[in-house]
Amino acid sequence: MLKKIVLAQLALWLVVFASFAQAAPKIEHWTTANGLRVYYVPAPELPMLDLRLVFDAGSARDGAKPGLAMLTNSMLDKGATGLSEDQLAEQFEAIGAIFSSSTSKDMATLGLRTITLEQEQKAALDLWLKVIAKPDFPQKDFERVQKLTLVGLQAEKQDPASLGGKAFYQALYGDHPYGQPENGTEETIQALKVDDLKAFYQQHYVAKNGLLAIVGAVDRTQAEALAEQVAGVLPVGEAAAPLPEVKALTAAKTVKIPYPSAQAHILVGQIGNKRGDDDYFTLYMGNQVLGGSGFTSRLMKAVRNDRGLSYSVYSYFGPLAQLGVFEIGLQTKLEQADEALKVVQDVLGKFQQEGPSVEELEASKKDITGGFPLRTANNSQIVDYVGVIGFYHLPLDYLDTFTGKVNALTREQITEAFARRVQPDKMVTVIVGGDEK
Amino acid sequence: MRRILPFARQNRNIKTILAVSVIFSGFFTAPAHAIERVKVEVPVHEYKLDNGLKVLVKQDKRAPIAVVQLWYKVGSSYEHNGSTGLSHVVEHMMFKGTQKYPTGEFNRIIAENGAEDNAFTGQDYTAYYQVIAADRLEVAFELESDRVRNLTLPPAEFKKEIEVVKEERRWRTEDKPTALTREQFEAVAFLNSPYKNPVIGWMADLDAMQVEDLRAWYERWYAPNNATLVVVGDVDPDNVHELAKKYYGPLKPTETIPPPKPQTEVEQKGLRTLKVKAPAELPYVLMGYKVPGMVNAKEKWEPYALEVLAGILDGGNSSRLSKELIRGKEIASSASAWYSGFGRLPDLFSLSGMPTKGEKLETVKVALLEQVEKLKNEPVTAAELARVKAQVIAGEIYERDSQQNQANVLGSLETVGLGYKLADEYVDNILAITPEQIQAVAKKYLIEDTLTIAELDPQPIDPNKPKNAPSFVR
Repeated sequence: MLKKIVLAQLALWLVVFASFAQAAPKIEHWTTANGLRVYYVPAPELPMLDLRLVFDAGSARDGAKPGLAMLTNSMLDKGATGLSEDQLAEQFEAIGAIFSSSTSKDMATLGLRTITLEQEQKAALDLWLKVIAKPDFPQKDFERVQKLTLVGLQAEKQDPASLGGKAFYQALYGDHPYGQPENGTEETIQALKVDDLKAFYQQHYVAKNGLLAIVGAVDRTQAEALAEQVAGVLPVGEAAAPLPEVKALTAAKTVKIPYPSAQAHILVGQIGNKRGDDDYFTLYMGNQVLGGSGFTSRLMKAVRNDRGLSYSVYSYFGPLAQLGVFEIGLQTKLEQADEALKVVQDVLGKFQQEGPSVEELEASKKDITGGFPLRTANNSQIVDYVGVIGFYHLPLDYLDTFTGKVNALTREQITEAFARRVQPDKMVTVIVGGDEK
Repeated sequence: MRRILPFARQNRNIKTILAVSVIFSGFFTAPAHAIERVKVEVPVHEYKLDNGLKVLVKQDKRAPIAVVQLWYKVGSSYEHNGSTGLSHVVEHMMFKGTQKYPTGEFNRIIAENGAEDNAFTGQDYTAYYQVIAADRLEVAFELESDRVRNLTLPPAEFKKEIEVVKEERRWRTEDKPTALTREQFEAVAFLNSPYKNPVIGWMADLDAMQVEDLRAWYERWYAPNNATLVVVGDVDPDNVHELAKKYYGPLKPTETIPPPKPQTEVEQKGLRTLKVKAPAELPYVLMGYKVPGMVNAKEKWEPYALEVLAGILDGGNSSRLSKELIRGKEIASSASAWYSGFGRLPDLFSLSGMPTKGEKLETVKVALLEQVEKLKNEPVTAAELARVKAQVIAGEIYERDSQQNQANVLGSLETVGLGYKLADEYVDNILAITPEQIQAVAKKYLIEDTLTIAELDPQPIDPNKPKNAPSFVR
């Protein structure tokens, strides 16, 4: 009896270890004294370190001032503790360190990459902490960033893909914060003041509203010390309140934007899913077959391989903190726009009704599970994953359990989820290109 | 997506890719550079099969994956007038089947194994790659080796695929005003060097292309003795060699592959300028000087000096173009400089810029030229030089994070004829560059007589607005 139990336990351990050895990095997690969540993956092989601070301070937090989150984030390295942008850039680059920053709908991210030689690492970290904790928001630099943002908005007007993407989000989300452009509009950018940015920074760039990801050649003790140092420069603050829920579309909508391009840029879609959504895996797997797997997907076969209508055609679910997008996209020469759109609608309609075939599902499972080691093969990829897992409070074993969840899915579950969550008769369609009709 | 990745036009790509491998081996004493060098060497294992295929293997055990690339010595710079785009279209057709694996099978098997798979065509090479779980390496070998010699090139598939390529061209170039400007700029900057050819080909050439043209091109260039196989990852080098012998060994070499005609660029005899009109919002200027590359540099250090010079102008946020044009004078919304000395043929040193709101294109153009003059008149400062070198030293480590970049370095250097061992010397050669050498190459090569300047003249996007009046130049 006893022997049996021991063996059973041993078997269990073997399974656990086998899946570890197979690929997924082991994520260690703790919270610092003042409430900053930390996620750490040791990567001792190369003498380098990636740090990433992520705050719940993306454009969804813009409120009535679209562009606020993005400008706030991009102003941090424009001057800190009296050092100018020139000086900050010179000091980072003199030690081969790379400072990075970015904003998306949900997140504001600050990154640092450095080599782990003692002096360089210390200097890089000190400088990074200045930028995080003591930005000056100089008025003159703010005005320049404002001007560059306006040029960016102008540049979008010569890019039909950008025009289409913006119109698509606006049509899908309406008044919801996700519908507002991340880089604002001419009016909102011009109306922003330095004080708006300072207030946004003070409220959102705080310990309880963020997380720190650490990936690199530091051990646990060093990682803990690093985390305390980073947390030490942040006020405790408050986590941001949950975003409002997204309302589903009630009717189909088509937006046509005339444009003197050779191709029509077409986007078709709907409200999609959330991170941690109950239907996440079913929708993800279904979409692999529909248009997510590249050359073997149904959309690629129908639009590109069988008819030569487009160079690229894809579909994806872009899960966010609240419901993200479900999007199908392609570009084709103007004369074929209607034909291509019809093919997309037919493929989607059929898939929504019938789901994947048994063969397609099996093939997709093999694709995803076989390809798993590729996704966490280097530090850049790992720090990306860790940031997402931490930000959306996904389980720490998310990567370990991923393939198991995928393999357990049935055709019926996927078909049911698509039938329930995708309504082909209530799609938003955006077409950029051609004359006004 | 099956794509073009013209390395030769992406200076930063090559520059950052060129990283040597490392394990800690202590510090250099008395660093003349801003940061310490951490030097590490991981050997490259080199094999040659009887049929002429070269095999390069580098171990990287950080993850249980392998990057497998097959590089052919053929690209748009091997093509001729009327037949541009052939190498890239062959790339597309490589996925359309052999006797053994008919159309669609390649992609199906790759997906079944969870591999990532694609290809890219540049001016000097075409490369096909798989990223695959290391224990499935053999799948990549079996599929790739089969299409070295056995493509069927079905006419019905070609008919559809050439339309896909035209869509790719519309998407990549025709609807992107800056890409369109770059294409015309290169066609004007080079009179007879095949670097004037767009990698994707001119639309008229795509319209006229026949499947027989592809067959001839395929038969001429796609042979084991015109290729290099590169494997980087969690693999055993001798095992890779055995697999290569098993799958690639039986392929017949082509007896003689005549080397491409020299098509040596005729000497430029004075400034060239052009205007490109396209629907756009923002003007753009692009300029390029004729400079030597590694292949033809009489002084071996000159290309390295030009690399560092590009870094002084545009290596990070502290470089001169960012500091003086984007900040400082606040006249440009973007400004860049790049150079690649790693092509098969001599290329350009390029500068580009876009004015910021309320500024004229002319102002940006003049400011870029002033930057060039300044490099000729004053040596760069020790601090600037140290920063560029620090970035190269750190980049040597960062670039090892990507298994694919490591493979790209080996494959591209070998394929353009410079040899993969050049990567080992890269950082040392950069670190040896002095302010005087930078000044010397600026004076010698960045001169108006070999300069080409292209300007994008934006035409209204709104169809209701009248087009700009035609302008005549005498």
